[in-house]
Amino acid sequence: MTTESFPGSAARQRSGAVYDSGDRSEAARAWDDLREGALRWRLWSRLGWHDIRKRYRRSVLGPFWLTLSMAVMVGSLGLIYGTLFRLDLEGYLPFLAVGLATWTLIASFLNEGCISFIELEPLIKNVRIPMSVHILRALWRNLIIYGHNIVIFAVVALVFGIWPGAAGLLAVAGLALLLVNAGWIMLLLGMICTRFRDVPPIIGSVIQLLFFVTPVMWKPELLGDRRYLMVLNPFYHLLEVIRAPLLGHVPGWESWVAGLLFAAAGWVFTFACFARFRKRIAYWL
Amino acid sequence: MASIRLNDVSVDFVLYQGSARSLKKTLLRTSTSGALKHDAHHRITVKALSNLNLTLEHGDRIGLVGGNGAGKTTLLRVLAGVYEPTAGRIRVEGSVTPLFDLGLGLDMDASGYDNIRMRAAYFGIDGDEIESKMDDIAAFTELGDYLDLPVRTYSAGMTLRLAFAAATAVDPEILLMDEWIAVSDTQFLEKAQRRAEGFVNRSSIMVVASHVDEVLKRLCNKALWLERGTVVRIGPVDEVLAAYHKHNAGSEPAPRDGDE
Repeated sequence: MTTESFPGSAARQRSGAVYDSGDRSEAARAWDDLREGALRWRLWSRLGWHDIRKRYRRSVLGPFWLTLSMAVMVGSLGLIYGTLFRLDLEGYLPFLAVGLATWTLIASFLNEGCISFIELEPLIKNVRIPMSVHILRALWRNLIIYGHNIVIFAVVALVFGIWPGAAGLLAVAGLALLLVNAGWIMLLLGMICTRFRDVPPIIGSVIQLLFFVTPVMWKPELLGDRRYLMVLNPFYHLLEVIRAPLLGHVPGWESWVAGLLFAAAGWVFTFACFARFRKRIAYWL
Repeated sequence: MASIRLNDVSVDFVLYQGSARSLKKTLLRTSTSGALKHDAHHRITVKALSNLNLTLEHGDRIGLVGGNGAGKTTLLRVLAGVYEPTAGRIRVEGSVTPLFDLGLGLDMDASGYDNIRMRAAYFGIDGDEIESKMDDIAAFTELGDYLDLPVRTYSAGMTLRLAFAAATAVDPEILLMDEWIAVSDTQFLEKAQRRAEGFVNRSSIMVVASHVDEVLKRLCNKALWLERGTVVRIGPVDEVLAAYHKHNAGSEPAPRDGDE
């Protein structure tokens, strides 16, 4: 079949007005899904904001409840663990403030990746929207929440007079690297968890484990000679490329390389799965 | 001009959950007519549509008829692009507006206006385009200042009006409807019908699944009779309905309510 042109109707047709289940390879269609999803930023940014508003609509402080609870968490954990680890608060509190906020972001990527398709079943079964829109919506939503949580670091940094300097700009690149990784993780988890409904609880336990083995609360230096244990934890590197610049250090090259490799390998695998199973997602729901 | 072409389209559902054995029993006991079989991995699959060939052109108003489990909903979802065929090919030209669920995406805590915007955004209408239609939609709902309040505060009838207005705000090229929207509010009925029919008339192609003959006769010029995922007959609406009822009268009364 060839693509006929219908003059006159072109003006009425909206983006993606031709839908053909068999004109291209599955890989090309998976790629289109990702591309179209990115192009529909107006939709997912609106939905992301909507999710936030929905969650906090009837509260006085709105999403600043998050800021408040993060403040309490950083304050109390900072005092307790700072004492336990015999660290001075001036160094430990900023470290903890970035670490906890960023870890919360990573954990919700993992958590919400699992339910990104399941919770939108009515939508997915009623309207054809690129699957990537649902992922980008969750990504955007959590980025907004991160924006509220990182305020605590800004306050702590002001109090202790910390200025990251030029190195701080690297945090933007670090965040971008985290988001690129979050994209494939959420897409992959979304597919797996939609197909196998007993996976989300497993992921829940894994997140808990990761929290303890990743240096969020404790400093990697505490491992002493066994620092190599960190090298294999990709989440340590993803945390480090954001945390180190904000604290005024340049992250080690190995963290960048590990983050990039993780992204490349993850996207290759996820894309292969996505090309293969994209059209099954609606059936699994 | 919109067009829809189905080429040898089949849809197989794999049943994952539950004990296969008891599920199989359950399915065989009920009136489901989709064909059950085991696939290569010994999973139970239901063939919801098998080798469907269909071409719909501008001006076609198709009514889908058939018993429960005949594949009407599945066919509509295939046309909407929600279910991609497991075999065969579908090509749709023109933007599709699926109206399967009036309450889709209705957020009880958001205002009426926000809900209208959300609904439109799902169908790719954003920004100025929806704002320019907002007055018309608002006037139709007759909700006035209530549109600024959360939908939670609405009565059932008001919610229905809002959902209906939001759903019919965007002019469709290809309109798909599952079960003619049962509008029960009598005061609202006539107005809704006028709007709905105007909405239907502006579409290039319309496909509706319904068990109500009057609806099919009023809205459609063709009917498609599905049974076990295959086309039994397609043709002028009166002919197909007559044949369908004759067939049902011969065996058992057709189920008049509920859906698969």
